[in-house]
Amino acid sequence: MLEGVIITSAVLGVLGCVIALILNFAGDKFYVSINEKTEKIIEVLPGNNCGGCGYAGCSALAEAISNGTAAPNACPVGGSELAKEIAKITGKKAVDTKRMVAFVHCGGDCVKSVRKGDYSGSSSCISAKAVQGNGGKACLSGCMGYGTCVDVCEFGALSIKNGISVVDKEKCRACGKCIKVCPNSLISFVPYDAAVTVKCSSQERGAVVKSQCSVGCLGCTLCTKQCPVNAIQMNGNVARIDYSLCTSCGACAEKCPSKCIIVNTVQ
Amino acid sequence: MRFFKGGVHPYDGKELSKNKPVSKLDAGEELVFPMQQHIGAPAAPCLKKGDSVLVGQIIGTASGFVSANILSSVSGTVKALEPRAIDNGTKVMSVVVTNDFEYRTVEGFGKDKSYEDMDRDSFLEAVKNAGIVGMGGANFPAHIKLAADPEKIDRIIVNASECEPYLTSDYRAMLERAEEIIGGLSVILHFFPKASGVIAVEDNKSDAAEHIQSLIGGQKNISLKVLQTKYPQGAERMLIYAVTGRQINSKMLPADAGCIVHNIDTVCSIYRAICKSIPSIRRIITVTGDAITNPQNFDAPLGMSFREVVDAAGGFKTNPQKIISGGPMMGKSISSLDIPITKGTTSVLALTKDQASAKSSNCIRCGRCVKACPEHLVPQKISVLAAERQYDEFIKWNGTECVGCGCCSYVCPAKRPLSQEISTARAKSIQLLKSRK
Repeated sequence: MLEGVIITSAVLGVLGCVIALILNFAGDKFYVSINEKTEKIIEVLPGNNCGGCGYAGCSALAEAISNGTAAPNACPVGGSELAKEIAKITGKKAVDTKRMVAFVHCGGDCVKSVRKGDYSGSSSCISAKAVQGNGGKACLSGCMGYGTCVDVCEFGALSIKNGISVVDKEKCRACGKCIKVCPNSLISFVPYDAAVTVKCSSQERGAVVKSQCSVGCLGCTLCTKQCPVNAIQMNGNVARIDYSLCTSCGACAEKCPSKCIIVNTVQ
Repeated sequence: MRFFKGGVHPYDGKELSKNKPVSKLDAGEELVFPMQQHIGAPAAPCLKKGDSVLVGQIIGTASGFVSANILSSVSGTVKALEPRAIDNGTKVMSVVVTNDFEYRTVEGFGKDKSYEDMDRDSFLEAVKNAGIVGMGGANFPAHIKLAADPEKIDRIIVNASECEPYLTSDYRAMLERAEEIIGGLSVILHFFPKASGVIAVEDNKSDAAEHIQSLIGGQKNISLKVLQTKYPQGAERMLIYAVTGRQINSKMLPADAGCIVHNIDTVCSIYRAICKSIPSIRRIITVTGDAITNPQNFDAPLGMSFREVVDAAGGFKTNPQKIISGGPMMGKSISSLDIPITKGTTSVLALTKDQASAKSSNCIRCGRCVKACPEHLVPQKISVLAAERQYDEFIKWNGTECVGCGCCSYVCPAKRPLSQEISTARAKSIQLLKSRK
């Protein structure tokens, strides 16, 4: 009886020692050195793996930053504060980044835009775009309001208000997912403090736009002539503002006949 | 009789227009020729504003390997080159022609020709120049299908099954243009000496089948195959299986199974282009539905607007709730009648009772969609993946094999938009697969 116990514990004891030796050896042999910098950067990054930076996730970005392939300000979610923190870790100088937010270039809500038909299929913008009629809207490039952008936003920054998608710029972290998913390509980045924005993307001629929406860009080019610093260019039939030049004077919004250039009041 | 698994038997509505002979329509003042009437690269417009146009003149040249010419169906002047809306909801570059009602033709138009002394290359060139594409709705350029290796092809199948409900244009063509169909098939068979021709007809069109059979007479290499009536019997894969017993998937072409499948109207177009020197400038179109005053079949010039054809059929009896370009199963719902008839427009269907707008509810896992799917897929599962935009998973579940027949949506008791979601995701997945190559 006692003999059996002694033999068992001896065998197990020896076996344990052997395995411990092997593990110890393997641990030394296959040691993966983790960069201290990378670990520190992972700690400060937001950690929601949104992919807005273009890398597979936060740890992939951290590695890229620590080996120098990505800039300290590469995380769009963290903004300049995070960039400063990362710069401290990496010892590089932080470039001051301008905070960008997504903006939906359509103002044709239920009241202002004309409807032409009833859409009754699958309630996603991508599916609605596959059939004629832009989800029942007369304007073929306007926001359909089925909220595919709202679905993809991880920060709850988008919502459907009055039939069109609206970005809450306080919540927006500029990951760019909504921009990729919008089938009408209505969303783009504008600076957080942009004073004026063009709320239309229709490439139709003025007369057609007028018949479809009361706040559509008519392509009259009045704003381009009004701008003292030539910051407004016509992109086809719709005005677009170059924010690197814009001085936020608001002269364009004042003259816009269809009021599709809006002044963003400070919230 | 071989037939595929799954499928549905929808109300066919063919009695509305099946006894109305094809009447010829004349073009109106303005005709619109979109440069994208086919699968592949859009044609490049080769005229300027103000240029004069003749009947049968090429106004858009094929701009890639998979592409087709666009030809004018009237004579007149080019009014504009601008993007115009077409039935799939997008705007494509179009040539707008003002009709001068003189119908001056290009040289040699309508001249009788013999195909016997033509060589293979000049035959393909003639088909290409005539701008012939698949007229059944898929619009695949015919000259590319016909460029298959003649050694490997043993069947030329003429798709006359017309399984799509409401459509009667193929049925009327069989009764009224049977000579052209057999003539066209003989032309193709001349260039595919090893192949035999099969005209495939569903058994609900027995009078047309008898008519064709009487005209085939003793010709050895042409035969008639009567198929079971079941939707989607006319889909290329189902048809090949029913005729030959061979199965193909989305990664194969019919030529891999030794077959070339052409729609009946395409075969007629080939006959006219080769033997009569008349290119693809008209097509047969069914104007039907319970909201149309006088449902009938028209031989309409391409470029005419939907509004003109509907007016020619007496306009709307009552206010239609849904207007569809094509058949009710695979057609596209349209929101405007101011779009032009293209090579792929098989029908204008105006319905009063909108069955598709029934509110969808939750899936009850009844499995009817699985039973109905002719491609052996699980529509319930892949539609969820499609809605969640999980395209990798969608590809894993073979969502790309979907032929878009719409059987799943038809049988769904919860009225879920299965087919729409799957076909949208399928297009995205194919894009994704292409970008990875």
